[in-house]
Amino acid sequence: MSGQHSSSETAVRVRRLEERLIGAGLTSDDELDGIIGRLLAGASPANGARVVARAWVDPAYRERLLADANAALEELGLSMSTGPQPQRFTVVANTPDTHNVLVCTLCSCYPIALLGPSPSWYKSEAYRSRVVREPRAVLSEFGLDLPEGTGIVVHDTSAESRHMVLPMRPDGTDGLDEDRLAALVTREGLIGTAAV
Amino acid sequence: MAEPRFAVGDRVRALPVDPPHHTRVPRYARGQVGEVVEVQGSWPLADDRARGFTDPRVEPVYTVRFPAAALWGAADGHWVQVELWESYLEGER
Repeated sequence: MSGQHSSSETAVRVRRLEERLIGAGLTSDDELDGIIGRLLAGASPANGARVVARAWVDPAYRERLLADANAALEELGLSMSTGPQPQRFTVVANTPDTHNVLVCTLCSCYPIALLGPSPSWYKSEAYRSRVVREPRAVLSEFGLDLPEGTGIVVHDTSAESRHMVLPMRPDGTDGLDEDRLAALVTREGLIGTAAV
Repeated sequence: MAEPRFAVGDRVRALPVDPPHHTRVPRYARGQVGEVVEVQGSWPLADDRARGFTDPRVEPVYTVRFPAAALWGAADGHWVQVELWESYLEGER
């Protein structure tokens, strides 16, 4: 994206790569800006939080979400088709027996349309290499100490699907409406490094 | 686009490959045995796309669940699910 990078080393490298691609006639600044703009327009963890809150209040919606998440998103006016190619989307539900956590060990695949740009730690080598190997310790460092009996499933996003975690609804939230429930949901909860 | 060779519940082994080009078999899964837990439909093979092939192979992609103990030794008793194209896999009795 032209002229919008900071001066970090990565940004300089990305810009050099863009210039080579543009020089070779493979793309243009306008095309790249358009792709990134469409991808990021409205991309925010608030989208994921809305989906979670709806699933908490509406068991039938929860079932549809777990069965076909792409279709369930459309019901809320959301989509995983804003990037260069439509992405298959799945939602994995935490239960008292099983906790889910997401990673992309090969690079940094992430459901940007639903969660916005990924946090820097998600792209760090430390997170990517450790969470597949010692998730309990990594989650504990995030402040999430799971009960001994809770199993952990680590989802390595290595192909063309993207995932989101459906956290368990916290106790004591019976009286809250959908908007207030959505406000409880954090980006980390949707990745699986927090309980909610 | 072929019918999937594997079904949910099948045991499969990720091939112990080390190709000189981009691939999406994480190194830690190579040679390891897991169980198919989902068939994701068919997608263009990332290896072919990365090499700029205009007509990449389109293959079924499977979610394969590996026990962490097999990948890392004792570990945390957890599971790691990896998404693998069909040509990365062979059947395992």
